[in-house]
Amino acid sequence: MRDIRLIDRAFNPGTLIGPFTQANPGLGGVCTFVGEVRGETDVQALELTHYEPLTLPGMHDLADHAFARFNLMGLLMVHRIGVILPGEPIVVVSAAATHRRDAIDAVDFCMDHLKSAAWFWKREQRGDGWHWIEPREQDFSDRERWEK
Amino acid sequence: MITLVFLGKLADLAGRAECECALTSGAINWPDLLALMEDHLNTAIAEAALADRTKLALNGAVLADKTALIARDGDEIALLPPVSGG
Repeated sequence: MRDIRLIDRAFNPGTLIGPFTQANPGLGGVCTFVGEVRGETDVQALELTHYEPLTLPGMHDLADHAFARFNLMGLLMVHRIGVILPGEPIVVVSAAATHRRDAIDAVDFCMDHLKSAAWFWKREQRGDGWHWIEPREQDFSDRERWEK
Repeated sequence: MITLVFLGKLADLAGRAECECALTSGAINWPDLLALMEDHLNTAIAEAALADRTKLALNGAVLADKTALIARDGDEIALLPPVSGG
């Protein structure tokens, strides 16, 4: 079961994770990460821009790599685009596998790549206007772990 | 006609997310693209395009070497600054 998509409106991760788990009968473990817009004091909204010809194909490439690297039964990867409010989910990655380590590592791998190597551009709206956000050093080093 | 697409903060620099430029010749290369942006848009976006971290996609495929660009009538060139998702 492979479900990779972009979504342009608020969504409830639970409504995706339930059917995803059901669609992988016999799994030994499922690991799910949900990222949300932090409720920081000054951040009013986030906006995620994408580029149609690259973004979704890039997520499919990432899923291919995850399937090649880990022993997976299924992978769900859903990323929001557009304007997102504090408390709303931005991303959900869920992996189903026979054994827990593959599920946990696959989610970690996908998230590290979505943060700093997927075709998204993020800006946040604060009291004084919009500010583009670039990955932190930590985001790059998190991703480089997988190249070793 | 060639379409330029500016992603992320490059859209702010260019003052637009997209721009269509008429070509005077059949094809343009990397120096031509820089000159085109300089003439039709501004110096800031041409300089940003030169930055190492700015990548280029031609018709949806990222170029390994942007300076090897050859774009023809009807092509779409996207300028891609550093990404940030999740």
